[in-house]
Amino acid sequence: MNGLEAIAAASALDLLALSPPGWGATLLAGLGNSVIIALGAYGLGFAIGLCGAFGKLYGGPVLKDLLAVYTTIVRAVPELVLILILFYAFTGLLNQMLLSWGMERVQISPIITGIVVLGVVQGAYQTEVLRGGILAVPAGQIEAARAMGMPSVLLARRITLPLMTANALPGMANLWLNATKDTALLAVIGFSELTKATYQASATTKAFFVFYPAAMALYLLISLTSTVLIGRLEKWARRGQRDVRGL
Amino acid sequence: MPNLESSGATAPIAIKISGLRKSFGEHEVLKGVSMTARQGDVVAIIGGSGSGKSTLLRCINFLETPSGGSIEVGGEPIDMKADGSAKDKKQLEKARQSLGMVFQNFNLWTHMTVLENLIEVPVHVLKTPKAEAIARARALLARVGLEEKEAAYPAFLSGGQQQRAAIARALCMNPKAMLFDEPTSALDPELVGEVLQVIKGLADEGRTMILVTHEMRFAREVASHVIYLHNGVIEEEGPPEDLFGAPKSDRLKQFLKTVG
Repeated sequence: MNGLEAIAAASALDLLALSPPGWGATLLAGLGNSVIIALGAYGLGFAIGLCGAFGKLYGGPVLKDLLAVYTTIVRAVPELVLILILFYAFTGLLNQMLLSWGMERVQISPIITGIVVLGVVQGAYQTEVLRGGILAVPAGQIEAARAMGMPSVLLARRITLPLMTANALPGMANLWLNATKDTALLAVIGFSELTKATYQASATTKAFFVFYPAAMALYLLISLTSTVLIGRLEKWARRGQRDVRGL
Repeated sequence: MPNLESSGATAPIAIKISGLRKSFGEHEVLKGVSMTARQGDVVAIIGGSGSGKSTLLRCINFLETPSGGSIEVGGEPIDMKADGSAKDKKQLEKARQSLGMVFQNFNLWTHMTVLENLIEVPVHVLKTPKAEAIARARALLARVGLEEKEAAYPAFLSGGQQQRAAIARALCMNPKAMLFDEPTSALDPELVGEVLQVIKGLADEGRTMILVTHEMRFAREVASHVIYLHNGVIEEEGPPEDLFGAPKSDRLKQFLKTVG
């Protein structure tokens, strides 16, 4: 290692140090924000998706139409556009309502905005993945529960949902990884998630080749951790099923 | 009415079907079928493919929505809307809980072990204390010869074992009557016997049962009353020795000849 490289390595470490002038803490805070938003949006998306899937399958005609409009529009429009629309429409509408009620304008926390915006997007996709998962549950499994007089909510919880989990998990795992990466889109509304934090750090220091690889490593860390956890979840969800690869 | 031999006309009525009709679109599968099963009766429903026998059985617990007629379970008529569906969800659920249904394809819940399958409805629907439900489930598993399999998942059992577990699951609810929908039709020939033996044991102990079956010898052996269904109507019915020994209608004669 010659002198110049040593200096470069040392300065890269300095730049990534947790305490200023290092930018490590900023990056980690961005990572934290990204994870919180991804978790929140995924959770909100799951709540919407579950209701959406059951609504599309068992709801009345009006509910089915409304859900079809929702999933069609959200899945048709680029997420970036939706984020811009929802961010400005959501805050604008809320403030208009507040003003008309004679209340003060509010600044909505960017975290909440991010969760709501990405959650609505996630909800549309999850509706379809979960609906597919429910449709793949053999009719006889549900019929057996119905024949034994199981009330419908209990049936959904004890029979349909556990059986649907195994079917929906691969698709749901994809959507989770999408959610973690979609948080980067929130950079456009000025929210300091990992991508925005990386941009700030490298724009200030001009050390693009330090911060972007660092950010990539952090995104990879999220993805690898997720893969391990999802693998365990899938093993659990497939309990009772024979492994087709062995046959 | 039939069933005089088995339990006498004095036994209370378990299931009564009157003027049952069922259409799928334009196609009328059941064209006004009436039958009564008193407690202790074993009614076998036989008939060719498409005769409506499975539909008839599935209408009893409203897995198929009747198009007309009425159904009484345990002396209580199930309230129906104009379209034939049950009016009162709670009433239907209660009626269903009193009927143990056994399907052609077993339909054991694949994400639960055999024991969990048995105690699911007793614990979560009927609110039986868990320890009591487990004790009852184990006794039933021993009875159907599956005491070793309580921790196994259904996918790892043979068809015959799955069907015996499914029968035990139905029994675990303490049903007032059992409904069997072609319980041996999906089984390999060598596994049929073990399932029929369990069903025969239930008949011998005086359980009320309605059985849709292709096993004519078995129907003759266990049934107290046999119904021959053809094109959605009861073509002939009576005690098994009459139906199988001296069939009156040409269609039944022809049918018995074909099924051997």
